[in-house]
Amino acid sequence: MKVVDELLKNPSAWLKLGAPTGVMVSSRVRLARNLEGVAFPGWAGEEESLRLWQELRPILEALPGCMPPVALEMEGLSRVDKDILVERHLISRDLAEKGRGSGLVFKADETVAIMVNEEDHIRMQVMSPGLSLRGLWHTIDGIDTDLEQKVRYAFSARMGYLTACPTNVGTGMRASVMLHLPGLVLMNEINPIIKGVNKIGLAVRGLWGEGTDAAGNMFQISNQTTLGEAEDTIISRLEQIVLEIEEHEKHAKARLIQQKEISLRDHVGRACGILTHACLLNSKETLDMLSALRLGIELGLLREWSASMIDELFLLIQPGHLQKVEGKIIGAEKRDLARAKLIRARLISGKRG
Amino acid sequence: MMCETCGKKMATVHWTEMVNDVVKKMHLCEACAAAKGLDVNNPAAFSDVMLGLGAQRESAAKERDVACALCHMRISDFKKTSRLGCQACYDTFAEELKPLLEAMHKGNQHVGKVPAHHDVKTTAKAGLLPSLTVLRQKLETAIAAEQYEEAARLRDQIQQCVKKVPSARSRPAMERE
Repeated sequence: MKVVDELLKNPSAWLKLGAPTGVMVSSRVRLARNLEGVAFPGWAGEEESLRLWQELRPILEALPGCMPPVALEMEGLSRVDKDILVERHLISRDLAEKGRGSGLVFKADETVAIMVNEEDHIRMQVMSPGLSLRGLWHTIDGIDTDLEQKVRYAFSARMGYLTACPTNVGTGMRASVMLHLPGLVLMNEINPIIKGVNKIGLAVRGLWGEGTDAAGNMFQISNQTTLGEAEDTIISRLEQIVLEIEEHEKHAKARLIQQKEISLRDHVGRACGILTHACLLNSKETLDMLSALRLGIELGLLREWSASMIDELFLLIQPGHLQKVEGKIIGAEKRDLARAKLIRARLISGKRG
Repeated sequence: MMCETCGKKMATVHWTEMVNDVVKKMHLCEACAAAKGLDVNNPAAFSDVMLGLGAQRESAAKERDVACALCHMRISDFKKTSRLGCQACYDTFAEELKPLLEAMHKGNQHVGKVPAHHDVKTTAKAGLLPSLTVLRQKLETAIAAEQYEEAARLRDQIQQCVKKVPSARSRPAMERE
């Protein structure tokens, strides 16, 4: 679809070029909302979902916070288009599996995205590069307040915003920060951090894979509970914790240089060699190698490339984006070939000076 | 802390379960958690497992397959998907949800944003969940006080409310304030 093709001309909202690149990759806040008196999407049936999508779509498109809006119904989208939306974090895998009556309205710059008839009637999110949870909460709170002038939410004084899954009831808010933590992984210090964070009611997930196997050393930290605490309390705690983790990561990197400089240089150099010379690259290997390159750039070991260019590659090598660039649907093995070709070309042409 | 099952890897999945009001805690590594059917990628599926265990406990104690007056979902439907059918399910399945919510959340009272349209008058006018809850409470009080005429009147009112439900579902969900 043409609308989706247009997206590829710009970097995704979570990795805007020019943003300072460091440990904090991006932030996101989402709210789950349902309409009063209407069955939740999983129980409502297609006809009711369709009616709701048709009623909601113009209301969402008219929200000042969504200007200029783009609306897409899941039914008209190809598999590759859906993959691209998932890879750009505009929709969830669950919404991608849906068809008639489910859709997405997003702000053209991709900072605001509202899913209709996913698990809840409305799932709205805002995202930005770096750490900006407070600003994002302020933005989404405003959009939500605008929307509640037009629709009536399912809400109870005791249980808060009522959601299809009891894990989201209350504020309906999930705030998350994506962190790049190669230092802690290489120093074998990531597991105690994950354990500690879990203990205080926050969830840690690899963006691609789990624990030490998290490909690309990208971790997402989010609040797990939604009932019993106000939004700003949840956000303050999350913010405090990610700032602490950032400190730990900086210390881990410092120790990495002090104690393991040769193996660090070897790690970065090998990644460089593989990415610029390999002919077949699978997703996992590429993400890990790109992480090593990003680490090398952050520590000043590599000066040929910018960190934001590497961040863009994290997105472009995903299956959906790769197939869109190739202009056709290709299987996993051919994708490895296309991926290696794209990386080689980008790393050669993107060299500074 | 090491995984309780294999004792080899770090425990990164910490799981709390309520069995007959006794809190049971487990600390597992990713692999052992996955082997037990806990999908750490999906907190919803996580609750499926918790719920599944809750279901076994309940079937041993008693069977209660109530249906929601608003959307007709049964507790057995909820156990299959771990997703509620509509807002009134929170009321209908309150008994089943209580231990789940306690294990999942920090409290049992919402704190935080309240939509501007939410006040007592408008929710009563909407005639859905809150009024049903109020009517049922009144009915219980009336029966306890042996005020049978009042109880009969309330019962009829509840039945009328429930009958109205299909029309409530098909009417436009949105009202302009």
